[in-house]
Amino acid sequence: MTPLPRALTAICATTFLLIGIARADGSGDPTAVTSEDGKYLDKEGTPTYKVDPDGKVDFYTYVGFIRYSANCLRCHGPDGLGSTYGPALLNSLKTLSYGDVLMTVASGRQKVSASQDLVMPALGADKNVMCYIDAIYIYLRARSNGAIGRGRPENHEPKPAAFRAAEDECMG
Amino acid sequence: MKRMSLKGLLTIGTLLSSALMTPYAMAQGSSEGPRGVMHGFFDLFAPPAPAPGTVAQSNTAPGSGKEWTTPAGSLNNQRYSTLNQITNQNAKDLQVAWTFSTGVLRGHEGGPLVIGDVMYVHAPFPNTVFALDLNNDGKILWKYEPKQDPNVIPVMCCDTVNRGLAYGDGKIFLHQADTTLVALDAKTGKPVWSVKTDDPTKGATGTDAPLVVKDKVYVGVSGGEFGVHAWFAAFSTADGKEVWRAYSVGPDSDIKVDPQKTTALGKLIGADSSLKTWQGDQWKIGGGATWGWKSYDPRTNLIFYGSGNPSTWNPKQRPGDNKWSMTIFARDADTGVAKWVYQMTPHDEWDYDGVNEMVLIDQDVGGKPRHLLVHPDRNGFAYTLDRDTGELLVAEKFDPAVNWASKVDLDPNSPTYGRPQVLPQYSTEHNGEDVNSKNICPAALGSKDQQPSAFSPQTGLLYIPTNHVCMDYEPFRVSYTAGQPYVGATLSMYPPQGQSNMGNFIAWDATTGKIAWSLPEQFSVWSGALATAGDVVFYGTLEGYLKAVDAKTGKELYRFKTPSGIIGNVMTYEHAGRQYVAVLSGVGGWAGIGLAAGLTDPHAGLGAVGGYAALNDYTSLGGTLTVFALPHS
Ligand code: HEC
Repeated sequence: MTPLPRALTAICATTFLLIGIARADGSGDPTAVTSEDGKYLDKEGTPTYKVDPDGKVDFYTYVGFIRYSANCLRCHGPDGLGSTYGPALLNSLKTLSYGDVLMTVASGRQKVSASQDLVMPALGADKNVMCYIDAIYIYLRARSNGAIGRGRPENHEPKPAAFRAAEDECMG
Repeated sequence: MKRMSLKGLLTIGTLLSSALMTPYAMAQGSSEGPRGVMHGFFDLFAPPAPAPGTVAQSNTAPGSGKEWTTPAGSLNNQRYSTLNQITNQNAKDLQVAWTFSTGVLRGHEGGPLVIGDVMYVHAPFPNTVFALDLNNDGKILWKYEPKQDPNVIPVMCCDTVNRGLAYGDGKIFLHQADTTLVALDAKTGKPVWSVKTDDPTKGATGTDAPLVVKDKVYVGVSGGEFGVHAWFAAFSTADGKEVWRAYSVGPDSDIKVDPQKTTALGKLIGADSSLKTWQGDQWKIGGGATWGWKSYDPRTNLIFYGSGNPSTWNPKQRPGDNKWSMTIFARDADTGVAKWVYQMTPHDEWDYDGVNEMVLIDQDVGGKPRHLLVHPDRNGFAYTLDRDTGELLVAEKFDPAVNWASKVDLDPNSPTYGRPQVLPQYSTEHNGEDVNSKNICPAALGSKDQQPSAFSPQTGLLYIPTNHVCMDYEPFRVSYTAGQPYVGATLSMYPPQGQSNMGNFIAWDATTGKIAWSLPEQFSVWSGALATAGDVVFYGTLEGYLKAVDAKTGKELYRFKTPSGIIGNVMTYEHAGRQYVAVLSGVGGWAGIGLAAGLTDPHAGLGAVGGYAALNDYTSLGGTLTVFALPHS
């Protein structure tokens, strides 16, 4: 193997540090700065979670847990921790951005070889997933940043009226 | 980045996924050139081979002998072998005789067949089949590897398992993931015929081991989590022609019942028995999958199997008993018409599929000899019925942790005869949508799942591999899209309060409904058991141990750690005068999904980390067959 020029190695190392350690969140700083009808957004306008010191979570984080468990657990294991079949999304979100997650979920991905066929299905047509994709992302983002633990969040903010309306419209 | 509206995303997604959906191609068999199956020395001692198309074993036979020709060794599903070279005295001396890698990483359920001097080994998706020459150190005689569209994989619930092969009429039968039923020439591996049994784009998949009886091969279908309209069917072994197909739910003609003849608990079921228990045409997406183990009784020509959960998992969305999901069927093997049915879990609220094995045994109940069907169900009750009439004799909890129902009503004069007495606090129907019903035992994976039990006529005991796991279950509204999951509930799992073992290996007296002995296991026991005339019982563990225990006492005699966690079924055969015991290891399946990262302890309170052992800390992927024998003396 040809050794990398020293400068390049240094750059790589710094980038790795920036992504890998300084902010282990593929979408950047997850701090909530604004909210729209009970959904929290970070400074980039990306959906994020809000967890109170007493452990109470925003409604989206809670719904995300429910919908993750219903739609993703059967491959990605409980609580985003991975299984013998699918990767631990808890780790994936340290590098994947909100956009990456949406695209992967909507269009799917395959790694097919003779020894195993890893297939992430295209879930773009599945209303039970896509109507809740922000919530699922927010939940995984909270898990990935260690803001919430395993299991069902015990306490959450009430269901925002806007959520109900959007859910009805989307689920049809 | 700019946030897209849900509507926008939905459209993009629809386009993307329809572009990716390619039509499911018919399987293309690839195999090596024709090569004769070797026959030799062993043939001198083997009993005369049955003529093609005849049954290799009868129900009255005490079990399998030198060969292992059906998924359970014999048509009665006893998983019992008359071989007695390996005994409870010498099992401690067992050694690994040889091993074989399948080259596939996914979860390996089921087990091999042995016919003559050839062993047939199958693998999960891509559903490879190998014929191994036992006269030549397991040299590969032929290999079959179908080409299947990988888009079938995500419609398989929980990993890409396959439960094995069937043999008859000189052919090996495989129900592929994409629902192609293929008949391979046992000598060459060349496909003789293949038929498509269902449509994976609607969520139907093949995972079950077929069963051959006389001139027919019987198969069922998976897809209860996708709202399939499940069926059980018979195909001609000669040419693959469909002989009959009976759905689990729907109109009388579809479900092949005779309202004037078919009975449930001794009473005629009457017209429209299924339709009356569904709202509108919900039965069309009603599930009742049939991927479990089938058994057959030549005395009555009845074939037995069970149906799975009604779709969706949200009980509120499908009012009624949802017949005949969660049901034991006894059908005429030639016509498919049901002689009797028994629904164990009417209006399922917990995903307690009724597909587990139907073990046919002859024992005395209440001092009278009976022809029995014993069925340890996912719901935690083991049912003992008269298999000729469907009369319910015993229904008791085989795991003391079971709490969702207090008992099954056994009073024939009661209006709730045969029904479980459900406790309201554990009723997810009663507690309703968006309510988390807590501490329900067992969890959705059941007090046992598909891992088949074994019966020893010598001890009179049934050996049941079990899960000892409870759950919180929260049903919610879902909408149905063909080919998409139709689940509608969320759950978290953990061992019963105050306990840390997630499984037990149980010896059960089916005539009285009592546990004889029980061995705690750290993880769910997800491997099928084997009982032998040497008074040894074998099973595998999720950590990867093959264990031999004394059939009478449960005392451990031998253990060996195979390369990966065991979800396969133990079998035995004799070759060149030597008894072998074989099992596939290769962790995965539902067990690998649920237990890989370990379960959490909801009772531990805030701040507790982890809780229970994680399977990931004990084992990793990879399919290997390990074969054991006693040392050469
Ligand atoms: C049928 C199984 C299955 C289901 C259901 C499933 N996934 Fe996946 N997913 C996979 C597999 C397998 C991979 C890895 C694919 C690969 O390696 O190319 C994957 C990969 C991903 C990735 C990329 C991970 C990375 O590290 O790059 C994301 C994000 C993801 N899945 C999200 C989801 C979400 C969210 C859901 C639920 C809405 C979901 N998946 C449901 C099987 C599944």
